Amino acid sequence: MSVKDKVILIIAEQGLLDVADVSLSATLEDLGIDSLGVVESIFAIEEEFDIEVPFNANAPEESEFDISSVATIISAVETLVAEQT
Amino acid sequence: MNRVVITGAGTINALGATVPETLQAMREGRLGIGPLHMRDLDRLSVKIGAQIKDFDPEIYFDRQKLALYDRVTQLTLMASREAMGQSGLEITDELSESTGVVLGTAAGGMNTWDDNFRSVYEDGKNRVHPFVVPKLMNNAAASHLSMAYNIKGPSLTVSTACASSNHAIGLAFQMVRSGMVQVMLAGGADAMLTFGGMKAWEGLRVMSKTACRPFSANRSGMVQGEGAGIFVLETYEGAKARGAEILAELVGFAMTSDAGDIVMPNQQGAVRAMRGALRDARLDPQDIGYINAHGTGTAANDKTECAAVQEAFGSHAQNVMMSSTKSMHGHLIGGTGAVELLVCLMALRDGVIAPTIGFEHPDPNCALDVVPNVARQAKVTATLSNAFAFGGMNAVLALRAV
Repeated sequence: MSVKDKVILIIAEQGLLDVADVSLSATLEDLGIDSLGVVESIFAIEEEFDIEVPFNANAPEESEFDISSVATIISAVETLVAEQT
Repeated sequence: MNRVVITGAGTINALGATVPETLQAMREGRLGIGPLHMRDLDRLSVKIGAQIKDFDPEIYFDRQKLALYDRVTQLTLMASREAMGQSGLEITDELSESTGVVLGTAAGGMNTWDDNFRSVYEDGKNRVHPFVVPKLMNNAAASHLSMAYNIKGPSLTVSTACASSNHAIGLAFQMVRSGMVQVMLAGGADAMLTFGGMKAWEGLRVMSKTACRPFSANRSGMVQGEGAGIFVLETYEGAKARGAEILAELVGFAMTSDAGDIVMPNQQGAVRAMRGALRDARLDPQDIGYINAHGTGTAANDKTECAAVQEAFGSHAQNVMMSSTKSMHGHLIGGTGAVELLVCLMALRDGVIAPTIGFEHPDPNCALDVVPNVARQAKVTATLSNAFAFGGMNAVLALRAV
């Protein structure tokens, strides 16, 4: 399974959605994932890929990890996986 | 109903081992936060905290006692010695059954949990010290306090995360006010600066790696501290009759629940708690000169708390001073409300308002007088102390100068 598919699966699980309903342009908010859900998704991503994700819930917009859409998350995870593994 | 006054105060925290040391540090706007000293520090991503340094329990407690005293109990007993010493109160056999203890703690004997989990899981040992249970239980500190001072009335521990101390002091206040007891020792403590404790907090991603900057636009989260604060509460008549020095009068207390989110604060819950404390105290918003903010330095808390103060205080919100001393002593979790009540005592007694240090850039969402960086002289006759906990449990205390 690709990084993209794994990230979508994690987000779908978090939002209690079908994988098919997770569009790349959606924000986490669109998918019904709140701030606690964001933190839990990032934890799941760290565990899945064995990476460290730089993210501070106090200032998500200032974190290096861009969570503004599903697509930006996938791209950020791909970068981290390439850097850290 | 009895009037309830504070006649003794004690503390130990990262700013000082006594109340005078702590208040002096606050006047100077001194930072108690620094690099953590802890086993396996290299495995932490957050490496700062407001740790108590230079505290050697073996100087104060013998070996048999230490076998039963977790760090949280040690800190509680240190603070209570100072508070009882200042009050000059002797708990006679006659008074004993009309005296109680209410303490607040979020994590209780966390160091004992941590050390013994290591023993059995990491080191593979099959045996732990026989006193692990009585050492780690959340009511251990309150129990040792009752034994130390011959207190035979109602004693208990409350646990409401970051509001634990305010709930404890508020309940003790109500017990003295109602006439259930004559004297209460009240306050709280936490000592969560352990490897496991830090890992748990790291997980939430609300911890700053650099500094606690409440109300500052460039805030980056909370910083954990440790310590204890203990107060002697008694009736006004009792204190007067024995000629005790009265530090302040506790006049109001309110607690509310958000019934909302397990971690996100709620403006209405905070507003209702502040208004409730004012109503209980029969004070108007205009009477309050200073608010000790919950002020954790997280985006969620600071914005919600400032909006709540705006709503509860209306036009007076612009006149009231509000600071967060967590910028100096860190977040003592269950012990924080007790140490922060000292800030209110200093405002009422000495006319010194402790600052919010680490303040760099104003945040339009926190457009209040947050007493940035430098302490201020001001005459204040009544104060509020806020605590808004995870779990949406809020507790606000109101104090008045006597």
